[in-house]
Amino acid sequence: MIVVNREVPFQHRFYFTSVLGGMWITFKHLLGRKFTLRYPEARFKPPQGYRGIPALVKDQNGREKCVACFLCEFICPPRAITIRAGELPGNPIEKYPESFEINMLRCIYCGYCEEVCPEEAIFLQQAYEFAGGSRREMIFGKDKLYKLGGVRQDPILKWAHK
Amino acid sequence: MQTEKEAASLIEQALMTTRLDAVVKWARKNSLWPMPLGTACCAIEMMAAAGPRYDIARFGSERLSFSPRQADMMIVAGTVTKKMAPALRMIYDQMPDPKWVIAMGACASSGGMFHTYATVQGVDQIVPVDVYISGCPPRPEALLYGLMLIQEKVRTGKVRGPFTVDGE
Repeated sequence: MIVVNREVPFQHRFYFTSVLGGMWITFKHLLGRKFTLRYPEARFKPPQGYRGIPALVKDQNGREKCVACFLCEFICPPRAITIRAGELPGNPIEKYPESFEINMLRCIYCGYCEEVCPEEAIFLQQAYEFAGGSRREMIFGKDKLYKLGGVRQDPILKWAHK
Repeated sequence: MQTEKEAASLIEQALMTTRLDAVVKWARKNSLWPMPLGTACCAIEMMAAAGPRYDIARFGSERLSFSPRQADMMIVAGTVTKKMAPALRMIYDQMPDPKWVIAMGACASSGGMFHTYATVQGVDQIVPVDVYISGCPPRPEALLYGLMLIQEKVRTGKVRGPFTVDGE
């Protein structure tokens, strides 16, 4: 093996020239574009079709659209959804969800529930940051899910005409 | 010539008093060094949170401490298998008190979609968890929000309820 001892240039024999070079790069970044998103004040706005948290919606008449068909519970890959169905006697809908719970710590925001839902009752929202201090409070029940989902305009309203 | 009373009021104007406890908590809250325990894709988002766009340094946690001896907070980011579990517990035990744990993402929080014999169904079976973050993986913002919850826990000893869109 041949070792070539190259002559080190004079300015590289001192640390401080290299340090100054580094500081110069830092200084140039100080003047350039600012990349940082100041998170709690400034928010990232998700694009259309973003898959955030899943939530239940009501139609413009205030009727809950879910009919407790259990398709989302079956399709859910991490089995985050738990539904208990109740009966509506004398009503053409017949079924409604007595309780509808989504375990947000299991949910992987995949959107299968939205895709499979025949009643268009569950939609992925734009909200993305959820954290809590216990596992119990991260299981969202009907009250929280309807509050997150809100109202979604339904042009057909098929149950209103039966 | 100032009277004694005037001098005392001057001192009151110049100094601020507080409890030592509050100062210590303030210092702890603003320099939480994380122990990044990244085992899966959540770790990528954790790195993004440390990068220039989300910049975890704004919260005083820029020094990802790869030695548990110098860490205050463990971020469990990713799937924890049963084979990994003893190592995780050992790392937790090596961290000095006081210490906090964030379970980041579905796998660390509850096992997520890995309903299997090989996966720990939530790291709270091994270590005490302070904040659970939802998502698969959570966005860096969600991690920063979890960090803010930890800071609040350091300050007050409690964690606020889950976050909703309108900030409740």
